[in-house]
Amino acid sequence: MSRPHNKLVNIPSPNMIPQRDSDKSPILECQHLGIDFGGLTAVNEFNMAIGRTEIAGLIGPNGAGKTTVFNLLTKVYQPTRGAILLDGKDTAGMNTVQVNKMGIARTFQNIRLFSNLSVEDNVKIGLHNQISYGTLRGILRLPAYWKEERIAHERALELLSIFDMQDMADAQAGSLPYGAQRRLEIVRALATNPSLLLLDEPAAGMNPSETAELMENIVKIRDTFQIAVLLIEHDMSLVMNICEGICVLNFGYIIAKGSPEEIQNNPEVIKAYLGTGKGE
Amino acid sequence: MTFLSYLINGISLGSVYAIIALGYTMVYGIAKMLNFAHGDVIMVGAYVCFFATSSAGLHPLIGVAAAIVVCTVLGVLIERLAYKPLRQASSLSVLITAIGVSYLLQNLALLFWQSNPRVFKPVVGDDSIKLFNNRLSISYVTLVTIAACVVIMLGLTWFTGKTKMGKAMRACSEDKAAAQLMGINVNTTISVTFAIGSALAAIAGVLLCSAYPTLTPTTGSMPGIKAFTAAVFGGIGSVPGAMLGGILLGLIEIFAKAYISTQLSDAIVFAVLIVVLLVKPAGLLGKQIREKV
Amino acid sequence: MKKITKNTRTNFFTYALVIIFFVVIQTLSSGGLITSSLNGQLIPICAYVVMAISLNLTVGILGELSLGHAGFMSIGAFTGVTTAMALQNVIPYGSVRLVISMIVGTLFAAVAGLLIGIPVLRLKGDYLAIVTLAFGEIILNIINCLYVGVDSRGLHLNILGGVQKLGLQSDGKIIINGPVGISGIPKISTFTAGFILILITLFIVLNLINSRTGRAVLAIRDNRIAAESVGISVTRYKMIAFVTSAALAGAAGVLFSMNFGTIVATKFNFNTSILILVFVVLGGLGKMWGSIIAAAALTVLPELLRQFKDYRMLIYAIVLILVMLLTNNRQFFKSIWSWLKNRFNSQSTAKTVGKGGNAQ
Repeated sequence: MSRPHNKLVNIPSPNMIPQRDSDKSPILECQHLGIDFGGLTAVNEFNMAIGRTEIAGLIGPNGAGKTTVFNLLTKVYQPTRGAILLDGKDTAGMNTVQVNKMGIARTFQNIRLFSNLSVEDNVKIGLHNQISYGTLRGILRLPAYWKEERIAHERALELLSIFDMQDMADAQAGSLPYGAQRRLEIVRALATNPSLLLLDEPAAGMNPSETAELMENIVKIRDTFQIAVLLIEHDMSLVMNICEGICVLNFGYIIAKGSPEEIQNNPEVIKAYLGTGKGE
Repeated sequence: MTFLSYLINGISLGSVYAIIALGYTMVYGIAKMLNFAHGDVIMVGAYVCFFATSSAGLHPLIGVAAAIVVCTVLGVLIERLAYKPLRQASSLSVLITAIGVSYLLQNLALLFWQSNPRVFKPVVGDDSIKLFNNRLSISYVTLVTIAACVVIMLGLTWFTGKTKMGKAMRACSEDKAAAQLMGINVNTTISVTFAIGSALAAIAGVLLCSAYPTLTPTTGSMPGIKAFTAAVFGGIGSVPGAMLGGILLGLIEIFAKAYISTQLSDAIVFAVLIVVLLVKPAGLLGKQIREKV
Repeated sequence: MKKITKNTRTNFFTYALVIIFFVVIQTLSSGGLITSSLNGQLIPICAYVVMAISLNLTVGILGELSLGHAGFMSIGAFTGVTTAMALQNVIPYGSVRLVISMIVGTLFAAVAGLLIGIPVLRLKGDYLAIVTLAFGEIILNIINCLYVGVDSRGLHLNILGGVQKLGLQSDGKIIINGPVGISGIPKISTFTAGFILILITLFIVLNLINSRTGRAVLAIRDNRIAAESVGISVTRYKMIAFVTSAALAGAAGVLFSMNFGTIVATKFNFNTSILILVFVVLGGLGKMWGSIIAAAALTVLPELLRQFKDYRMLIYAIVLILVMLLTNNRQFFKSIWSWLKNRFNSQSTAKTVGKGGNAQ
């Protein structure tokens, strides 16, 4: 399979913003985003815009650069080229903590929970920046501590109830079954009050009924919080079902962009996933 | 000429540190532990050689050989009894155990050999060679120390690179489980590593006390800490790093003592270490392992 | 609410432990039932307990190995004692001077923690550990070369200059005399002060852990990258934990030194740092009550073993190794135990057969 080096594919629609969001500015815009690691170009000419309440998908074969894009958006890596605009503001030079405060939250491909802490504490840590009392007031146990801890406790349980997990609030996060851990990670990310939620393979390791439930919950999250979601997934049933716009990566380049129907019938996409030699 | 003299002394002291640091780094590479008892094995080696030569009146070379044998056995014994059972434990637990072993060795030495300082007779005698019209005097001890360091370095490089056991050691330090699956006897490999490290400690002990003849049960402690620092300085787990770290540390110590202040030389040495680690967080020759996100 | 209760229970138990200990000792003491050697240990025990709790904050809660904790104790000690001695003629009340000295010592140690934390907390794992060791040695070295004196014109100090360069007036007094350290220290530390210091330490540390800041620190310990991804500034919170730990160590240093007539810099060396680390590890990482018990027990133990004189430290070392082996590898002891049993039960083959097959 040859790399589509200098061949920029005709992209049917520059953006995939849904109709309802088209009058508002996109929540995320990536312009000519790229990163090199030494001599290796991992991502190049990544252009994408996401609508304010869009559920978008980022798909592609293994090693295409999808998680690298997430790492660029969350500033785990600093881009070599291009710009990332969050709600119109350029995030150049920011670090992970700053972009999170600006409104991007993520989950990880390999689950990164605070395994020694309880489920509730994991969510409360997500609420860290929503609580305002400082170290000194915490140590001295001033009224602000009691009031805000109570609010945090209630908010944490509220968030956990999205996935019906409020009863396991005291369980140790590391002891949860795999699927529950993935869901907890999503709740923790939501707790940071993002405008854009990045989910990295949220359905990995889930059986069909869990996946169906996850699909419903992602749509519910979008509808309740009115935020945008960008997800990386290999499970095509999930992607095609809930994503409104899909971006396909291969070898670090976008090879196709569009609605689920357009992507499913795109010959480049089929070639990328199935290879040549599998004729029609 | 004094500069040259300091330079040579620095390399000599650095050679001792390097030999000790090699022991630390090899053990760390394979067992992922900091063997705090290493400095005290040095002390044991020096005492064995001392008693062999002064009390038993044996030839110095036999004293050195005896030191090497005793320390090798000691090192393997410590590994089998104290560290092997903790292979699955947290590194902090192993560290504390190593500290326990260090205290044990120091106090056993105190018990058997008393705390009064012994005067160590240099194994190659007190003579020195004179160069440049008698303006530069280099003691035989210094020459032998540097030579020993070079020989050991070459020997170890050949050993880890070309021999089967050396390859086994490198494999075990990368991935013990995989090495085991390839048929390598991990237990034996680890024991051999400790054996080599302890043999080196014996040699270092003899050389150290030949140059600085006072010997007490706590003699190994400070050089142990400094050599451990040198190993990290050069990049923990890296054999050339330990060499480089050791020599550099010796040079910095001697030059600091000579040109800045004798009392503050330790502070200066450690300050240099800190600066280097800030610039190169994995040590001079260490590898930066990036966590995959 | 259930989880808060469990945590609160542990904390309550911890406070109770300290209060009961204090009350018992005071009662025994007033009844004349305390040996003089134990009496002399009381203040050091308090100091070591505070050291252990503060180190547990760094090692157990923040999750970073610090091998130079005694350095902060040292800074607190020397600055605090200097203050106490400089104010000797100005403030006659011992307890007031003790409090002021503690505040001074704590502040200096906190500043040191801040300055040292900046480079240290950027490193990871063993490299961080070794830099803390290096700083500990640097502090020791510098204080060893420090000369401080006070006279009617104020405070004079120099490094390596010696007593002459201080330029003291005739009414002046040397406080820190280089490697000789400080002598003639007013013994104004009291067991009650130590007890109060422990309570304050617990208050600060336990409240810190069970608060937003504590959660952030624990999150950083568990998964730094995830903590960053939810907007927690890793450097800031590492620093808060580290500086708090250093400050408390400084306070402990003040208490400790004003129990003795003389202190020297080498008292607060690498060995002391390791001693405290052993308390923390044996007591359990993150368990403050464990640190308290370990610190108290292991400080008293060498005194109890006094009768064994020369074998004292040897026994300590052996016990330490055995405890580490036992808590980490019960199999080791089980297999030795059954091997011993086999040897003594060699007549009864049935038992031997039954005991065979020890899964390793």
